[in-house]
Amino acid sequence: MADVDVTQELPIPVERPLPVAAGPLAWLRANLFNSIPNTILTIAALYLLAVIIPPVVRWAVVDAVWHGETGRACRGGGACWAFVAEKGRFILFGRYPYAEHWRPLFTVVIFIAMILASRDRRLWGRRLAILWLAGLAAVGALMRGGVLGMTYVETSLWNGLPLTLILAAIGVVFAFPLAILLALGRRSRLPAVRAICVGYIELVRGVPLITVLFMASVMLPLFLPTGVTIDKLLRAQVAFILFAAAYLAEIVRGGLQAIPRGQYEAAEALGLGYWRRTRLIVLPQALAMVIPPLVNSFIGGFKNTSLVIIIGLFDFLGTANAALTDVNWQGFYIEAYVFTAAIYWTFCFFMSRYSQMLEREFNRGRRR
Amino acid sequence: MSDSAVETRAGEPIIELRHVDKWYGEFRALKDINLEVKKGERVVVCGPSGSGKSTMIRCINRLEEHQQGQIIVAGIELTANVKNIEAIRREVGMVFQQFNLFPHLTVLENLTLAPIWVRKSPRKEAEETARLYLERVRIPEQADKYPGQLSGGQQQRVAIARSLCMKPEIMLFDEPTSALDPEMIKEVLDVMIELAREGMTMVCVTHEMGFARTVADTMVFMDRGEIVERGPPAEFFANPRSDRTKLFLSQILSH
Amino acid sequence: MATDTAIPPRPARPPPWHDARIRGIVYQILFVAVVVAFVAFLVHNTLVNLRRQNIASGFGFLDREAAFGIGESLIAYSPADTYARAFLVGLLNTLYVSALGIVLATVLGTVMGIARLSSNWLIRKLAQVYVETFRNIPLLLQLFFWWALLREGAPAPRQAWELLPGVLVSNRGFVYPVPTADPVHHWMLLAFALGIAGAIGVSRWSKRRQALTGAQFPTGWVGAALILGLPLLVFIAAGMPLQLDWPELKGFNFVGGGAVSPEFAALLIGLTIYTGSFVAEIVRAGILAVSWGQSEAASALGLKPGQCMRLIVLPQALRVIVPPMTSEYLSLTKNSSLAVAIGYPDLVSIAGTTMNQTGQAVEGIAMIMAVYLAISLLISLFMNLYNRAVALVER
Repeated sequence: MADVDVTQELPIPVERPLPVAAGPLAWLRANLFNSIPNTILTIAALYLLAVIIPPVVRWAVVDAVWHGETGRACRGGGACWAFVAEKGRFILFGRYPYAEHWRPLFTVVIFIAMILASRDRRLWGRRLAILWLAGLAAVGALMRGGVLGMTYVETSLWNGLPLTLILAAIGVVFAFPLAILLALGRRSRLPAVRAICVGYIELVRGVPLITVLFMASVMLPLFLPTGVTIDKLLRAQVAFILFAAAYLAEIVRGGLQAIPRGQYEAAEALGLGYWRRTRLIVLPQALAMVIPPLVNSFIGGFKNTSLVIIIGLFDFLGTANAALTDVNWQGFYIEAYVFTAAIYWTFCFFMSRYSQMLEREFNRGRRR
Repeated sequence: MSDSAVETRAGEPIIELRHVDKWYGEFRALKDINLEVKKGERVVVCGPSGSGKSTMIRCINRLEEHQQGQIIVAGIELTANVKNIEAIRREVGMVFQQFNLFPHLTVLENLTLAPIWVRKSPRKEAEETARLYLERVRIPEQADKYPGQLSGGQQQRVAIARSLCMKPEIMLFDEPTSALDPEMIKEVLDVMIELAREGMTMVCVTHEMGFARTVADTMVFMDRGEIVERGPPAEFFANPRSDRTKLFLSQILSH
Repeated sequence: MATDTAIPPRPARPPPWHDARIRGIVYQILFVAVVVAFVAFLVHNTLVNLRRQNIASGFGFLDREAAFGIGESLIAYSPADTYARAFLVGLLNTLYVSALGIVLATVLGTVMGIARLSSNWLIRKLAQVYVETFRNIPLLLQLFFWWALLREGAPAPRQAWELLPGVLVSNRGFVYPVPTADPVHHWMLLAFALGIAGAIGVSRWSKRRQALTGAQFPTGWVGAALILGLPLLVFIAAGMPLQLDWPELKGFNFVGGGAVSPEFAALLIGLTIYTGSFVAEIVRAGILAVSWGQSEAASALGLKPGQCMRLIVLPQALRVIVPPMTSEYLSLTKNSSLAVAIGYPDLVSIAGTTMNQTGQAVEGIAMIMAVYLAISLLISLFMNLYNRAVALVER
């Protein structure tokens, strides 16, 4: 073995790594101050934080008022969490009869349970659809009442967080089958079918959600035969379903395109007809790939439901605004919006984390 | 240490690794590596996956950083000094397993990019050199195509030409044929053999033992981060001394 | 050997009900018939209902007097103008706030996207907090927040906050000083144009020089110096005439200077911050999408990090970034329709008022949809052209 002529005595190599970069001081040097531009940036950022954070903490915690009967209790510069404590139930459940608040609360719990349960892979497939349909039926019965001894509550009193969840969930669940049909139609070889599907998808995707809501709110009564009325909530729901279907259709189409041609060919070679092929071979594979974007759609739908305030429905954002009009509590918009934003954020953040995790897994499994 | 390349004469060491250690966190990837490559020498490094062979040659042109020991290339010591790193990279060419051609540039542009921007050579000169090397790797007609239009073997030959256009002293190959379909391996190996015949200093990580037997002056076997055995190919293949070497050779030289 | 010279027989035609082509045509006819019947049903009902409610049809209302005021407009408008002109005002307002929003969101988002990849831990985390916070809160809520902040949180004009000399924030919006017109501005514009021409010229010259001799030239810096410096020189040479129209407090509000309403400011701020968070993710994904091997190969060839970014990473990253980016621009334009909730007179808002006054909801909604559809199709067209122009050439 050729020996290297070493002119300097080097220390005897050790098995364990040298303490080159250990300890908080070294970490700071490596991550925050590792170059001149970075050092300047770090100092600037720290200064900015020092200017912003202490006043915010002072407002939100130190000077905050936590209890009070009316807005007068909150004189002084601090945050008025008493407002949230007093009006919180109104913001969450709106004008739903006070005594029956356990019902919308239960509704929210059911939704959270369904969302958490949907993470279980073993359910994916027909059982997931059944779970959601059953859950939605239960929620509908709970909110509406009139069965099992619960008093009937009309839909205009369905306000706040339950309304947001209902609109989002029913929107996505019912849009899904429509989206599948649209996606299949868009890929059809029959030009008329393809044209109509493309037309619908591009039309709905090209216009703002607010116009679809207006259309549903204003034009749906016109579309129906004279005398037939349609519930305001139902109108908004239809709008969401139609809107979501167009976006979901594109996502499903992406899944269909991602299936290798060989799958289609093998199914054809086995003698399966179009609908059987689609049902047994194509859709199961496409839909599995589509789950992460589907979760993203739900998140988007969840945020989009806030628009119903414009057509006069009181979802979670609407109740927050309504709470602000109370004469006893004037001007606490920051507290109201922060409370509302925190709840929206919690739902959206954790769902989006989940979908990112799913996407990472799917990409790992499909490494070519 | 000077920061410009020292003229090395044939037979003198042009790459020296002295007691080089490298850790990835707690995992020790290179253990006390000592290696000397003379100018004009062809070294083939082999070993099971995870043995640190790629890590070692990637340390030579600072694509990986070593934590301990010294690496000296063409008389320049490899440290965190950016000027040294740039000087070394001008003298060392690298061919990757995944080719890493620039897909948005034509073949010719791929070859002239570095000479124009790093060696500051005029465009005409760069293009002449590029066409020369494209001839050498036997695909002169592909000059205006894009990498996506070429086969794997052609792409790897373009990658070799791209490194040669910088007129390096040393060529490093990191498993150059492992990503190729079998029928294209030969065309790339032929180019590498020709390169060796012209006297290029080469350090090559590969599984192609036929190529190694033809070209190598020294075989190096690495396992679990250390150099287990080294020697001229004849001895190496006929009489491996270590058991680990014997095991590896039996697996790779079956049938 | 005798060959068979007879024409080979054609394959037998299947009976019509098994022929795939005829089946296809029949299905399509059925499908179209169903859709047409359904649409006819809707249209019939609509016409009947409209007649019963005595609502007019058609677009004749566009020539009638609008009789409502519009808070802010880019062109001259009075309530005596027609509905058509009102629509135009709304359309211009929408385009204006969307264009500004797109520019600002792109800048903010790109900075934040790059910050998310910074080697500085603090900067990386701050950018992440920004993205995760604003992405997960509904846009409408953010708009309400900024609007309330600007309307109720800001003081009355008499106690307006002064952010910078002359730039004041009150619950009537932002006011800022505007330079009064001065002949030197024409010269500065000329110098600016000359600067651009000069920058282009320098760029061409330095490229040719590099091709011939290999020598490199700091084109970027020199070009920027020309574009910004020449107008500045003209300005200084003319004696630095800077007459500003300062906003002055007269009575309960400001006069003079430029003004921006709280509605516009809230809409712009909200749209910028919300869309910026999505743009940041797109930029980050685009840069990450360029495989690590590309930068390695570039470094191995000796390219400096700046050259590597400019010549290798960015061109490839842009291909990945542009399609979702144009989607975001489209989203921002559509999201600007939320202006109706905070009182900014955009297209949807004005169309809404019109629909309320004339009762002609169908026409109003159709017009809004047509406009947005046109914008969407234009942007899609642009994106398709761009994609085709820069597509990587493959087998």
